[in-house]
Amino acid sequence: MQSSFIYEFASRSRDDNPYMPHMARIVRRVPMVEDNHLFLVRFDDPAVGDTFDYKPGQFMEISVIGTGESPISLSSTPTRKGLLEFCVRRMGRNTNALYRLQDNDVIGIRGPYGNGFPVKQMEGSNLLLIAGGLGMAPLRSLLNYALDKRQNYERIILMYGAKYPEDILFRDELESLESRNDIDCMLTVEQAYDLPDSKPWHGKIGMVTNLLKDVKDLDVKNTYAVACGPPIFYKFVIQALLDQDFPKDKILMSLERRMECGIGKCGHCGIGYKYTCIDGPVFTYWDAINLPEMID
Amino acid sequence: MKVMKLPKSNREEFILTLEEFGEVHIPKAKGKESFIFDRMQAPEEIAWDYLRTIAPPKKYLTPPRESLLQYNASNGYQEVEAEYDDRIILFGLHPCDIQSIQILDQVFNGEYNDTYYFKRRKDLKIIGLSCIPDEKCFCRSMGTDFVESGYDLFLSELHDSYLVAIGTGLGDEIVKKTSDLLRTASDSDRQEYLEIRNRRREQFDVELDTSDLPYILDLEKESDVWDDIGAQCLVCGSCSMVCPTCYCFNIYDQQDLDGESGERLREWDSCLFKNYTRVAGGETFRDTRADRVKNRYLHKQRHFVEQYGRPSCVGCGRCIDACPAGINVVEVFQRLRGVA
Repeated sequence: MQSSFIYEFASRSRDDNPYMPHMARIVRRVPMVEDNHLFLVRFDDPAVGDTFDYKPGQFMEISVIGTGESPISLSSTPTRKGLLEFCVRRMGRNTNALYRLQDNDVIGIRGPYGNGFPVKQMEGSNLLLIAGGLGMAPLRSLLNYALDKRQNYERIILMYGAKYPEDILFRDELESLESRNDIDCMLTVEQAYDLPDSKPWHGKIGMVTNLLKDVKDLDVKNTYAVACGPPIFYKFVIQALLDQDFPKDKILMSLERRMECGIGKCGHCGIGYKYTCIDGPVFTYWDAINLPEMID
Repeated sequence: MKVMKLPKSNREEFILTLEEFGEVHIPKAKGKESFIFDRMQAPEEIAWDYLRTIAPPKKYLTPPRESLLQYNASNGYQEVEAEYDDRIILFGLHPCDIQSIQILDQVFNGEYNDTYYFKRRKDLKIIGLSCIPDEKCFCRSMGTDFVESGYDLFLSELHDSYLVAIGTGLGDEIVKKTSDLLRTASDSDRQEYLEIRNRRREQFDVELDTSDLPYILDLEKESDVWDDIGAQCLVCGSCSMVCPTCYCFNIYDQQDLDGESGERLREWDSCLFKNYTRVAGGETFRDTRADRVKNRYLHKQRHFVEQYGRPSCVGCGRCIDACPAGINVVEVFQRLRGVA
């Protein structure tokens, strides 16, 4: 029954090994907030880089030689060719090792993996992006993608909440959007102190869900709400969206799980019958209702 | 399908001939009541009446630990040469184990083809052997007590001989090579097969109604049974290790002492371990033992069905044998069904 397909794969070349990372180089590293740097990376082999493509919301497995591998989402947008950008928090053994590397040091990358955001399906709709904390990392890819293809989308609204002003990722970049009139960029923090050596905060203070009240005349039925943040964040954001009658299948979430192999084999990122690495990391709230482990 | 007959008096000579086709591995005794699959030294070692081995045949396809890549600081990552290139003739697999390999084939194929698995898979040849169930076998309930494919040859035991079903071209070659040991199957042989086969169907002590099990599992998601099993389970992972279809693995790097080079390995893992879901921030997604036990059972009988169209349990009974806490998978499902 299933014995015949095997032979088709018998003579695959080494390039087809899905576990083999491509060599890449750290071109530059931009400190953003404490223990959260943006790594700008390019493939060592230009031929690989030229043909490489991805979607906002996808991730890659980043190898530090001698330490291991971690799944990291892409923060750059495929609409801007060139360097790949990864916003990496210094968290575990592998990311600590990554932080010890210098510019021009070699790393391994493989991917892209995951479904990414449904950028085509969302065309013609409003986009409401809601980020909490580090959740801005994958949403920044979608944000810049949509801004680069501005005519394909109706209203674009970004709501981003962080704990302190010093925790806001891409702060300068996002603040520069506040003056644009083709996007509503709303930033908020839970608390702000006037620290001597930090930029003063003149923005909003409060939870990101409070910002929803400030949005006027949004046709929720024609809006994709895309949320990304820590587990607790989803509970509040999704409830707030449901209260406002957003359709369940247009509430999208990008989830964090232990995506070890990235290719749907190792099992660790399983949520019910879905694998976060293959079927996700972007799921709809409708998926979540049917896969109870997803957000509770 | 072509069917031949092998008289029992010729069986050892038949097995010896297999060595011309590859490295022969067989079920052999390990201790008093345990069996393992291992390389054959002599055909007398074959445990013809064995029922289940400790480790399942998955060890030939995805070893407990295997090297994926080698790395060093200057050259990056290189593929590891396969540990063996020889064809392995794995003799004596029962239908449940043959089905388990078909399940693993599905998992390791797909959008991303696992090259390590299939490198081994194409060199693994399978000669099946019929069996008589014991009180832990529930393959009949799982629909895995018989196989129509997935083997090169399949031997069904009669009183003084075996019916030999030929499944592949290689099977046909083996039959040609051993033609002086084989006989043509007669009408009375086929009659004998049917009698034995019908008697075997009646020999199952265990019966598990699997007809709407995925639905029952959905309904009983919050059942107290899970808390009971969670309290009983030691989360040792034995059931995963001996399960012929548990395929989860960890990937990790192991540095050599030179500080320059090392290997990227993969190693069997179990969803019963707390760290299985742990992400970098320290968060885990199945905190209690009950959560993790439930996930394992649901994955076998519900999630896998949604993903691949069949349960991933083949009813081999190994997990019942291996559980130090005495948890019996069949009883768990019967309790959830309210029939035990």
